[in-house]
Amino acid sequence: MQEFFQQLANGIAWGSIYALIALGYTMVYGILRLINFAHGDVYMVGAFAAYFLARALGVGTVGSASPLLAAVVLLGSMAICAGLGVLIELLAYRPVRRSSRITALITAIGVSLFLENAGIRIFGADPKFFPQVIAPRTITLAEGVLVTNHQITVVCVAVFLMVALTLFIQRTRTGKAMRAVAFHRDAASLMGIPVDRIITITFAIGSALAAAAGFLVGLTNPKIEPLMGIMPGIKAFVAAVLGGIGSIPGAMIGGLLMGISEYMVVGYISSTYRDAIAFVILIIVLLIKPAGLLGRNVAEKV
Amino acid sequence: MIRIRRVVSPLVITLASIAAFTGCAKRVAEIKVGEYGSLTGSTATFGVSSKNGIELFVDNLNAQGGIGGKKIHVLVEDDQSKPEEAATAVNKLIAQDGVVAVLGEVASSRSLAAAPICQSAGVPMISPSSTNPRVTEIGDYIFRVCYIDPFQGMVIAKFAKNTLHYTKGAIFRDNKNDYSVGLANYFSESFKGMGGKIVADEAYSEGDQDFKAQLTVIKSKKPEFIFIPGYYTEVGLIARQARELGLTVPMLGGDGWVSDRLLEIAQDALNGSYFVNHYYENDPNPVVQSFVQNYRKRYNSTPDGLAALAYDAAGVLAHAMLELQTQDSKAFETLSGPPTADQKAARAKLRALIAATRDYPGVTGQISLDEHRNAVKPAVFLGIENRAYKFVATVEP
Repeated sequence: MQEFFQQLANGIAWGSIYALIALGYTMVYGILRLINFAHGDVYMVGAFAAYFLARALGVGTVGSASPLLAAVVLLGSMAICAGLGVLIELLAYRPVRRSSRITALITAIGVSLFLENAGIRIFGADPKFFPQVIAPRTITLAEGVLVTNHQITVVCVAVFLMVALTLFIQRTRTGKAMRAVAFHRDAASLMGIPVDRIITITFAIGSALAAAAGFLVGLTNPKIEPLMGIMPGIKAFVAAVLGGIGSIPGAMIGGLLMGISEYMVVGYISSTYRDAIAFVILIIVLLIKPAGLLGRNVAEKV
Repeated sequence: MIRIRRVVSPLVITLASIAAFTGCAKRVAEIKVGEYGSLTGSTATFGVSSKNGIELFVDNLNAQGGIGGKKIHVLVEDDQSKPEEAATAVNKLIAQDGVVAVLGEVASSRSLAAAPICQSAGVPMISPSSTNPRVTEIGDYIFRVCYIDPFQGMVIAKFAKNTLHYTKGAIFRDNKNDYSVGLANYFSESFKGMGGKIVADEAYSEGDQDFKAQLTVIKSKKPEFIFIPGYYTEVGLIARQARELGLTVPMLGGDGWVSDRLLEIAQDALNGSYFVNHYYENDPNPVVQSFVQNYRKRYNSTPDGLAALAYDAAGVLAHAMLELQTQDSKAFETLSGPPTADQKAARAKLRALIAATRDYPGVTGQISLDEHRNAVKPAVFLGIENRAYKFVATVEP
């Protein structure tokens, strides 16, 4: 039983990271009906931005770890990636917005490959080791169930960002506008909503959340490299579809489910199936509930 | 028809004579040797150390006049720590650059990807430090200057059982890596053969970031030690995550741990652990000491076991070339000439001379190649204490 709770605790921490990435997928899809394949790579850039910021600030060397500086690093990398997201939207997606969806999809794959290879070119292919911006400590949750303060930070930051996002979307004017654009873009535009600006904001928020995930992963799993975004990107996408793409609570639940099931599979079946499980779950859910767990069934207009 | 023949035949003659002239008139002043290695990627220190070791040997040799008045020119290709890139790199070295022999790789998966290309092209390949037995089984042109995994696995098992007196071990292997799977199996066989028990056998994949799920399983089985036959990047991360889960038992490892980045990644997590290396830098043997000093002078760092083996691999190759030059200088000349039957025969002779290596005085010990083209050498155990290595024992084969 101890073992089960240990796997569960680790799975929740890991799943929170998937959930944060999944939010970006789901937001962009909700508004543009575009699967932004470059999103996993934005997460990678977020991890590297945090790495370089931490180094520049001198955090992470023994004795200099401080939660305040860690917050600065986190916010800094979120800002950098928000900028990157806006730039990607402006340069790559906006020019093809009126083209067919397949054009946009291929553009997204192109952006993804571009970021990966630019990452190899700029950061180098060797893995980097994330500085310890917060001094590590082990905390005993229950008899034999140990977590680190890093994992707790991951879950807290993730929950905080998700709550903040939900409040933003439900309670602010911009959030309302986002919902309107997601509901019907042309109608929203007729109502005087600046659609382009809303799309830009969506990309900025989604990318900032991916950057937060990048920072958090650097904290718990300190190895970062330019291709680190591929697998988490795919799994977060699966998490978003699983939860019902376009649905924000769906992305959170999907992410957590993905993280926990991954741990359970490795713990109780075999690590070889670690990556396969994501797709098995996806297939099962889509067979039973094609719109995802929290997705709405929308009848296609003919 | 006749007109065509009239044009074609002078053309053929001209081309043939150009080929002949460039073949014999221009005496090639250098011998090209290819090297492929992981200069970047998850095992970057393997490639960089090997490159430094080879460079040190070759520059030293060239400064003394090379072999038979010819300098050795090493062409280096980066395989980015990927087997498929290793195959591409070796193809390029052989087909495009026309190298006489190939040095590389450290990782067995990458040596296994490249060796068939060398074998079918008739270009001798010497792997400095691939320990998986299958590497040299590819063919008679493939050699290595290090011990092999059945030996390595056996000595680690003996060390765990007889020296450390452990009876319950766990294995944590890299499932995608030939070296790791092979070494894990040899270790497991030997350890069980001595009456030990393997209580957990878990797997990860190179490139994984998170190992806590497997480590949680291992922890629940309460082993006395964990054997991790992996490469340093993952080993460092595994050690850290194990400590975070409260798994405090010592870890044992093979020569995949050899890297100056290991402790930088693991920090204090590997204190109390042991691994096998190919040599020890404080060995009082003058051959070792002069190598260590020259290396330090040039690269400002201490050579690791892989640098030492690469130095020896270059040494064994150069020694065979020197033999060829003294025994049959004509064959030595054709070695890097145009691809003719003579050149093929010359390379076959070079191959035979490498195979005949006996008691070559290397930095990593006396090197004699057996009938399977493997070196038979002692293993060196190192321990880790307070983020530093200490010598524990040398185990003779």
